[in-house]
Amino acid sequence: MNPSIDFHAFAPELVLAATIVVVLLVDLVSDRGKWLASRLATIGVLAAVVPIVTLAVDGADRSMFGGAYVVDNYALALKAFFLLVTYLTLLLSLDYIAEGDYYEGEYYFLLLISVLGMLVMTSARDLISIFIALETISLPTFVLVGWRKHDTRSNEAAIKYYLFGVLSSAVMLFGMSYVFGLSGSTLLTDIAQYASTDGVPALFAVGIFFTLAGFAFKVSAVPFHFWAPDTYEGSPTPVTAFLSVASKAGGFVALLSVVYFGFFPSGESWQPVLWVLAAASMTLGNLAALRQTNIIRLLAYSSIAQGGFILVPLAVAGDGTAAQSAFEAVVIYLLIYGAMNLGAFAVVIAAARRTRSAEISSFAGLGRTAPVLAVTMTMFLFSLTGIPPFAGWFAKFVMFRAVLDAGTPAAVVLGVIAAVNSVIAFFYYVGVARQMWYREPASDAGPTVVPAALGAAIAITTAVVVVIGVYPQPFARIGEAAFGG
Amino acid sequence: MNWFDSWALSLAVFLPLVGMLVLLAVPTADEQLAKIVALVTTVATFGVTVALAIGFDYDATGKLQYVVDKRWIDVISTRYHVGIDGISLPLLLLSAFITVLCVVYSWNHFPEPHSPKAFLALMLLLEVGLNGTFVAQDLILFFIFFELVLLPMFFMIGVWGGPNREYASIKFFIFTMFGSAFMLLGFLALFWKLGTFQIPELVTMGGGDIVRGTQNLIFAGLFLGFAIKVPMFPFHTWLPDAHTEAPTVGSVLLAAIMLKLGTYGFVRIALPVLPEAAETWAPWIGLLAVIGIVYGALCCLAQRDMKRLIAFSSVAHMGFVMLGIATLTDFGINAAVFGMVAHGLITGMLFFLAGSVQYRFDTREMSRLGGLLTLTPKMGWILGFCAMASLGLPGLAGFWGEFPAILSAYEPAAGLPIETFRTFMVIAAIGTVLAAGYLLWMLQRVVFGTVGSEWSGRHFHDVNVEEWVAWTPMLALIAVLGVYPQLLFRVTDGAVAKVVSEVSQVIG
Repeated sequence: MNPSIDFHAFAPELVLAATIVVVLLVDLVSDRGKWLASRLATIGVLAAVVPIVTLAVDGADRSMFGGAYVVDNYALALKAFFLLVTYLTLLLSLDYIAEGDYYEGEYYFLLLISVLGMLVMTSARDLISIFIALETISLPTFVLVGWRKHDTRSNEAAIKYYLFGVLSSAVMLFGMSYVFGLSGSTLLTDIAQYASTDGVPALFAVGIFFTLAGFAFKVSAVPFHFWAPDTYEGSPTPVTAFLSVASKAGGFVALLSVVYFGFFPSGESWQPVLWVLAAASMTLGNLAALRQTNIIRLLAYSSIAQGGFILVPLAVAGDGTAAQSAFEAVVIYLLIYGAMNLGAFAVVIAAARRTRSAEISSFAGLGRTAPVLAVTMTMFLFSLTGIPPFAGWFAKFVMFRAVLDAGTPAAVVLGVIAAVNSVIAFFYYVGVARQMWYREPASDAGPTVVPAALGAAIAITTAVVVVIGVYPQPFARIGEAAFGG
Repeated sequence: MNWFDSWALSLAVFLPLVGMLVLLAVPTADEQLAKIVALVTTVATFGVTVALAIGFDYDATGKLQYVVDKRWIDVISTRYHVGIDGISLPLLLLSAFITVLCVVYSWNHFPEPHSPKAFLALMLLLEVGLNGTFVAQDLILFFIFFELVLLPMFFMIGVWGGPNREYASIKFFIFTMFGSAFMLLGFLALFWKLGTFQIPELVTMGGGDIVRGTQNLIFAGLFLGFAIKVPMFPFHTWLPDAHTEAPTVGSVLLAAIMLKLGTYGFVRIALPVLPEAAETWAPWIGLLAVIGIVYGALCCLAQRDMKRLIAFSSVAHMGFVMLGIATLTDFGINAAVFGMVAHGLITGMLFFLAGSVQYRFDTREMSRLGGLLTLTPKMGWILGFCAMASLGLPGLAGFWGEFPAILSAYEPAAGLPIETFRTFMVIAAIGTVLAAGYLLWMLQRVVFGTVGSEWSGRHFHDVNVEEWVAWTPMLALIAVLGVYPQLLFRVTDGAVAKVVSEVSQVIG
């Protein structure tokens, strides 16, 4: 049988794939290849958004390969999210990579391959395609993490990330094999059908457990988070930003698909697992973040904690009337988290251009030396805390709404844990703000020069954080449309 | 509706935001221009609120006026819904009024590290949050404005504050944030049960079919949010630190307006929306209120720092306000609203004076001060006047907040334990004696007495122009409201009666 291919549905992936090939070739043949490669990558990423818009206007759901690959609103919304996040990551990378001792062309090539995996992930509705997408996301990042080739910490980070990544893949495959063995299919819809029948053996729960554990590595949920702080610290900072936002979101999309389209009927198997992961990630991530003196490690632990907040709605999704609001909460939280976390990383990169340091103390007196950077960083930090009128409040809001829709005691307890944790998180976020505003700058402080691309990234993320904070309707609509399928 | 009716409230809230954005565009070096922009903005905002007050229909103070109800975030059923009634109007006026005076007062003494532009920008942002909270008629809108207040105050204390400013600013933020996290959970629970965030609708439902146990739980969430802001004993510990460390203007805004957000929340949301829970909680609120009155007063007697003494006196005064609210009676809540305004004026003045004393003598230690009447006689008399107002001397504004609140505890709403409230009444009355004690004690140490040897022979500038401009209107209002309290009661009464009737319909 020769499957018919709907090229319109594949257009975003095709545009991106073409860009990847061009980027690689240009770097090979042209003298100005490095400069050209980075610009072409940026243009290609934006060009790939165009077919997403046409597909969204068209509106019809498209299903291919017997339901293994679906293009619906959910897939489109997240494809657009991944491409825009990549665009921002590229803005962060342009000057950083060009000025440092890095391979340039290959950097963009590998980054875009990882993004291709993300685009596939949003549409994957089959265990095998999900696995392949996840590996496509991960493999290039193993290399990118070690991009500071003369830095032993970067090498350590890459090895650690690689070993943990491979281990988690193995665990996930092990779990998937159980799921497949029992349900007789890798298609998520078939698995859902099997899960809703009576007398599902306990072994199915074991399969679910290991599959979720594999994803837990990808989203660096506690207790599967050990790789994250070292890897984040050792990587070039734009790669860290990419890992903590795009790659992490990739893991969450996989989790969302698997839970909602596959395992949903056996709530008793996956809810407790996710409940524990959520509670542990929030609490331990926050407590560890309190003790950090390095801004990258702080953001690493903060992203673990934020991951915990994103898991909260998933963990209660099966209870009460929470199915829809939990789904929307995860999508909306991811969108907002992407903007505010990338913004924070952008400021960190900008500030480090002068200080050449990632210590939190190097932010001392930033309010005096670079007030605009300090104001935007303050906005991102308070947004991450969840203080209105910055977008973070809405992310927390939809999370709590899902918890109350579930309404079970377990859900309410998780909600209270989340509430307490958002207060704890304030301490370390404010620690950075305190350095910027309450401390005197170092005496040798010169001006901080922010290149245009980096400035654009900061401007875009600031705009999102403020506009969505005051008028969250657009993101809320996207969440709603995504659930509509 | 004409143009003004539909835009005035939004103007009153967002004009300061516009002013702030203009201010940010002013070059940092041009301090004079920054001050003028801030002054023009706050005066214009105050002008709008005065126009609101003139156009207000005083025959229907219980009805929401100048209502604007527009789509905002459909997906979570939240609307941009604003309006004012007789309870909001005086507080909105107070907020816009005090902010103008704060700008005037700051004119020539900006605390270290100076930078008037940033300081004034924060002050304007603070005004957005304060005004917005008083006009919001949607729970989420209310929440956003309520939280918006935190950031500017946090930086005001943390950057321009005293020696221990970091600790104080973070403590302030953590306490209020902790409260509002639970308040938000309470709001969500209300939505989940009753299906709307609109305050007027929720009030009409009067708790709907929520069973009493659940009502009590939701009320607990709201209580945490509001009680920390008030602050009620035992959640008050952030207040003395925040006040002591905050710059003068920060203290004034904090005492005069920000604390009212909590009490206003009780009257506007907690009581009428959850009447049954209010009935259950009222004796406990009353108990915490009288503990606050006595405890605050005793703490005052133990202070050596003049500003810290005034801060603790706030705890005691807000105790009277909360006692009035806890009676759930027309009389008590009217007294409470009056008390909010009076406390705003009087304690605001006291903080101004403490700031001016420190500005001149570089200390607030009462043991080192003394003989203010000899050194700066005008300031001494003003301090005496304000202390008298604060201790509730009849004929000045403080009296009409305190005395009716105590009286109202004699006859609380039907359904509340009368004996308990009468006991509260007695304790609160003892509290007034203590208040007289600590205020007179402060007067004796600071205003009277002999001039300390370190000051003798030195010349100190008495009340200067900015101070006169900032203080005269407040002093005049304290006297006017004291002599003619009807001015305010007439505005609040209708709105309070409506709140009480909503409550008593349910608990009858």
